Parts: sequence; C-alpha cells; structure tokens
Amino acid sequence: MSTDPQAPKPLKPLSEWPLWEVFVRSKQGLEHKHCGSLHASDAGHALRLARDVYTRRQEGVSIWVVPSSAITASEPNDKAEFFDPSGDKIYRHPTFYAIPDDVGHM
Amino acid sequence: MAYVLQLADTALVLGQRNAEWCGHGPALEEDIALANNSLDLIGQARMLYSLAALQAGPQASEDSLAYWRGPEAFRNYTMVELPHHGPMAPSARQDRDFATTMVRNFLFSNLMVGVWAQLEPSPDAQLAAIAAKAIKETRYHLRHAHDWVVRMGDGTDTSHARAQAALDHLMPYTQEFWRPSAAEQSAMDFGIGLDLGALQAPWQQQLSATLDLAQLQASPATGFVSGGKNGIHSEHLSYLLGDMQSLARAHPQAVW
Repeated sequence: MSTDPQAPKPLKPLSEWPLWEVFVRSKQGLEHKHCGSLHASDAGHALRLARDVYTRRQEGVSIWVVPSSAITASEPNDKAEFFDPSGDKIYRHPTFYAIPDDVGHM
Repeated sequence: MAYVLQLADTALVLGQRNAEWCGHGPALEEDIALANNSLDLIGQARMLYSLAALQAGPQASEDSLAYWRGPEAFRNYTMVELPHHGPMAPSARQDRDFATTMVRNFLFSNLMVGVWAQLEPSPDAQLAAIAAKAIKETRYHLRHAHDWVVRMGDGTDTSHARAQAALDHLMPYTQEFWRPSAAEQSAMDFGIGLDLGALQAPWQQQLSATLDLAQLQASPATGFVSGGKNGIHSEHLSYLLGDMQSLARAHPQAVW
C-alpha cells in the first residue's frame, strides 16, 4: 500500500462515501473560500471530484478538501452570545487614526 | 494528413461513448467527471478535424468530416467504439458497466500521454500546439482512470471481478496500438515526431504499475488483432455513428 495520502483506498460502497467540504482559492485571491461539498470515497478521490465539479469554469488555482466530520461549527442557537457582544464595541475597530496622505492606502 | 484524421476519429468516438454516461453516472460527481472527460475529447477532436479539413480541400470542414463520413471511412481504434459492457451482451442497450468504461479510459489515456508527448516537439506547428493542449487533459484522464482501476481492483469482490472481466475483454484490443497503420507509417516516415515502437515499453510499464496496485492480472494480449485504424470496424461503430450523425444528416442545411 502506498503512503501517499492521495493514493486510492479500497472502494467503499456508494452509501458509505463520506461528505467532504471543498475550499477553492481563485487566481486573484489570497484565501481558500468554501464553495460547496461532495461525496467521495477517499481523500484523493475527493480532490479529483472537486477539480471536476467546482473548477469547471476556471474558478481556482488551488483546492483543499476536508472531511466534513473534521469541521467543528458554531451552533446557530449560540449566535446571540457569540456574535452580538462585539457589535457595540466600536473601539476595537481601527477607525480613529488619521492617516497622512503620504502613507497611502492601509 | 490521414494520421490527423485517425487521431480525430478516435477522440470523437471515445468522446461520444463517454458521453453516454451523462445523466446515468454512478454518483453525481462522477457523472460530471465523465462529462468533462468527454468534452475534453470532443474538444481535441474539433481541433484535429479543423486541422485535417485544411488539408482536405475547400469543401471540407470539421462538421463535414465528423458527420458526413460513414463507418468505412472512420479510422478510430476498435477499442474506443465498443459499448460499455462485455462481449456477449444479449441486447443493444445493456446496462453500462463502469468498470469497462474506466479500464478502457485507462488503456487509452496511457497510450495517448505517450503519443502527445512525442508530438509536442513536432515540426508541424499546429499539431504541436494541439498536442501541448491535449497532453494536459490526457494526463488528468489517465490519473482519473488509474485511480478508478486501482479502487475497483483492490476493492470489493464484485468490483474486482468486474474490473478483471473488463480487462480480460479489452486487452486484446490493445494489440492494435502497436501495428502501424498506413497512415501512421507515412506519418512516421514524414517525420512528424511519432515513434510507435518507442511507446510500447512505457505503456507496458505504467500498465504493470497500475495493475499491481489494483491486484489485477493482464493476460498476455493475443489472438485476433482489431483493425479499426485501418478502417475495419466492429459492428458497434455503425450504431454509434447512426446515433451521432442522425441529426446532422436529417437537417443538412442547418446552422447554429
């Protein structure tokens, strides 16, 4: 068996293919953006399918695939306690500095 | 050049075959993957037909070459016109066998990465440009098919049995690759870059490496040698072309 993480693993039946989240970085971009998900039998397969499904129209130059089970997401019910408190703390935004014109865009 | 037509016919027929999976793929993502594969091949066919049409005379166009020639004029390998199932199918519309599709794509792409690599530095500039574009697509097709052959071969008992059956069925058709057709011979004599003899060893090497991982056995290719690239086709090509050409032939003056 190969140690390459992208090497094909023995085939699982279709009903057992796990879900993977796909992140693609575009030519102009600096970060990978989430663009969707797909089912695949293993990591290498997920990468190939992401290439076939999510980069058909030259959307990107780099693909990450992550098993959905590896992602921990915040609960929608916690939205209030997670995100509302930062709404009224405007001192955290760097907007009170006067930037001299010579510095240019920051 | 007749050799360009051979490449074009082969790409078109295999593109047509792979397109038959559209809407019927085993999984949504694989459906799209096969459709992409088919589109790549048809794109290669278009470029090659356009090139051949330049030399075929003022009446010729990519459409006339693709839609208005009969099976006796086509020069694709017999292997690519076969339907997606084993040899003794009782009806014309058998369930498609994914193993047959993937093993065939593997055997074919394995050949074409070698061919395109030889044609990239060709003195014929247009052929070289087509080769430079096609080789990237074909390398991907090879990877995709290799992955599936390994996954099926080293998979469940069912997938292994079907992959082995597909390999047993298709291997004899690969003998055709190595015997130069008249078109290939004159292309080689002309010096476009093709060297059939030099392709076989690397093809065999990749085949062995993949089959090793897939735990499949290739029986030595022996027996009847198909003659598709010499114009001698199986019974399947006429049905395939009947399907593909029927619209164009029903409306010969149509423009898109």
